[in-house]
Amino acid sequence: MPMRSGFAALALLGLATTTSMAEGPGLGVPLSEADIPAFAIHIMPDGTGLPDGSGTAAEGAEIYEFQCAFCHGETASEGPIEPLAAPHPGEFSRAAGSYWPYATTLFDYIRRAMPFHAPKSLEDDEVYALTAFVLARSGVIDETDPMDAKTLPKVEMPARDLTVDLWRLQGEEPF
Amino acid sequence: MAKSRTIRDGGSAVAGGGLLSRRKLLKGAALGGTAAALSQGVIEAVHAEAEPPDWATLPGEEVRGYGLPAPQEADVKRTQFQIYEDLSPEFGFSGTPLQKLRGSITPNGLHFEVHHGGRPEIAPEQHRLMIHGLVERPLQFDLASLDRYPMVSRVHFIECAGNGFLNAVEPEPQDVGLDVLAGLVSNAEWTGVPLSILMEEAGVKTEGKWVIAIGADAAGLSRSIPMEKILADGMLALHQNGERIRPEQGYPMRTLLPGYEGNMNVKWVTSLQVASQPAFTRDESGAYSDPLPDGRAVRFSFAMGVKSVITHPSGTMTMNGPGLYEISGLAWSGGGAIARVEISADGGTSWADADLQQPVQSKALTRFTIPWRWDGSPTRLLSRATDSKGRTQPTRAAWKARYHPTNINHYNAIQAWDVTPEGKVANAYA
Repeated sequence: MPMRSGFAALALLGLATTTSMAEGPGLGVPLSEADIPAFAIHIMPDGTGLPDGSGTAAEGAEIYEFQCAFCHGETASEGPIEPLAAPHPGEFSRAAGSYWPYATTLFDYIRRAMPFHAPKSLEDDEVYALTAFVLARSGVIDETDPMDAKTLPKVEMPARDLTVDLWRLQGEEPF
Repeated sequence: MAKSRTIRDGGSAVAGGGLLSRRKLLKGAALGGTAAALSQGVIEAVHAEAEPPDWATLPGEEVRGYGLPAPQEADVKRTQFQIYEDLSPEFGFSGTPLQKLRGSITPNGLHFEVHHGGRPEIAPEQHRLMIHGLVERPLQFDLASLDRYPMVSRVHFIECAGNGFLNAVEPEPQDVGLDVLAGLVSNAEWTGVPLSILMEEAGVKTEGKWVIAIGADAAGLSRSIPMEKILADGMLALHQNGERIRPEQGYPMRTLLPGYEGNMNVKWVTSLQVASQPAFTRDESGAYSDPLPDGRAVRFSFAMGVKSVITHPSGTMTMNGPGLYEISGLAWSGGGAIARVEISADGGTSWADADLQQPVQSKALTRFTIPWRWDGSPTRLLSRATDSKGRTQPTRAAWKARYHPTNINHYNAIQAWDVTPEGKVANAYA
């Protein structure tokens, strides 16, 4: 490696450091992977971030009855709050199972925000099981399909291709 | 009486229904005598009280550490909504009483709130901001460190995507006030650290095009924000109208994305995860998407549209007889500055430009006014704002035609007020 390019790299590095110092005091403390709690990491539609573990709709049904039915209804379609499965497939509903484009969102949201009065209290296996339960109730997967880091991102949601992505179409110009 | 009215207005009409030109009106008032005589009458009435009032004859209260509004103003409050009542009362929102305020800045205690998992009581010394994901140097910051960073102050509105939900979906106009109809918008001077400085310190990798912001509240509220916006004018806001951000608005820190829907201005923010794609969080998948008639849904609709409301007079108020009034209201746009606000006092037959209170700031509430002589006949008042990019407000019918009938988000149609001969002002669909 010629000496000159090494110097050039150093100079570039120096320049970047100078710019950074001119703007901020550089007080950020290094953050290791182990220091990042689960709720600070968002699961992505391609499955990035999904933890180990698995669960089925049958396992989810038991947890659902005690942790979720109070607000979302016995069958998950009647509420009173935010029905999770549409009562009539094909009819317009904002239920997660029919309206959300990606199944990974269910896992992420249940893990960070549910149950409402004890969020972040569920084990990852329980979250997978509840995700499976909602998907099965919505007719998206079979009752026996286990959900895990490999199967969940492959679930094809009914609404996967029903998004008009405004940012991609026209940036911040309103609809 | 009719004669003196003609003299006072002196040809200052600028549109039908009694809208007047302020400039010509002021000129006329300086020359004419009737307005001055009226003022004197009021002053004499006040002076008729011979004895000095109690508060002038005894020393007042002592100094205090934190000031409060006059006790007589106790009814100037946010209007609270807890739609799930006993099941989850912590999921709620409260609207700013726009019709009880003047100027353009919202007092901190009256800034609207929306909480998905209640208002957390965060110990600031235990709170940290993490920047991780597609960055060269994952970093964490505590509040004391962030306080040493260079800060900027900017006046901006924040508006909930669902502001105006009643008019968006109710078949008939509901007879309620602006706290309910449009109170999920507020305006403050926000001070904080430009997010570009923090991102530069962490070193965003070239594939880092999005930032997933996550709150430290029970809901762990999360939204995907384009890196372009973060670097353009995104702020880590620490102060609100000078003082530390209120708990309701995200104490000790929130993301501030000028002009973007309120939900993206993540309160109690603790994590900024740099990613190559949006995460399709719960909110951008569900509640904050905008369904269309064909079953699809608009997602990633970030900027709030141009909008205006007349605050004085407005719904639930009763006018105090015919005569001279000042129509006053607020206009804003998530896409720039307000360029023009037109007012109609005859149901849209004719329009006149209102005066804009200076300075007109981009992505901030702008106060507008226009003099109006109400002759006591029934009429309909309308306001129509246009922003610096030429966008203007649609009619309600035009707005409804774009979306699925259940959509409540991004409602920015023209607000109408009907005035009865008795002076009662009520919400109307134009």
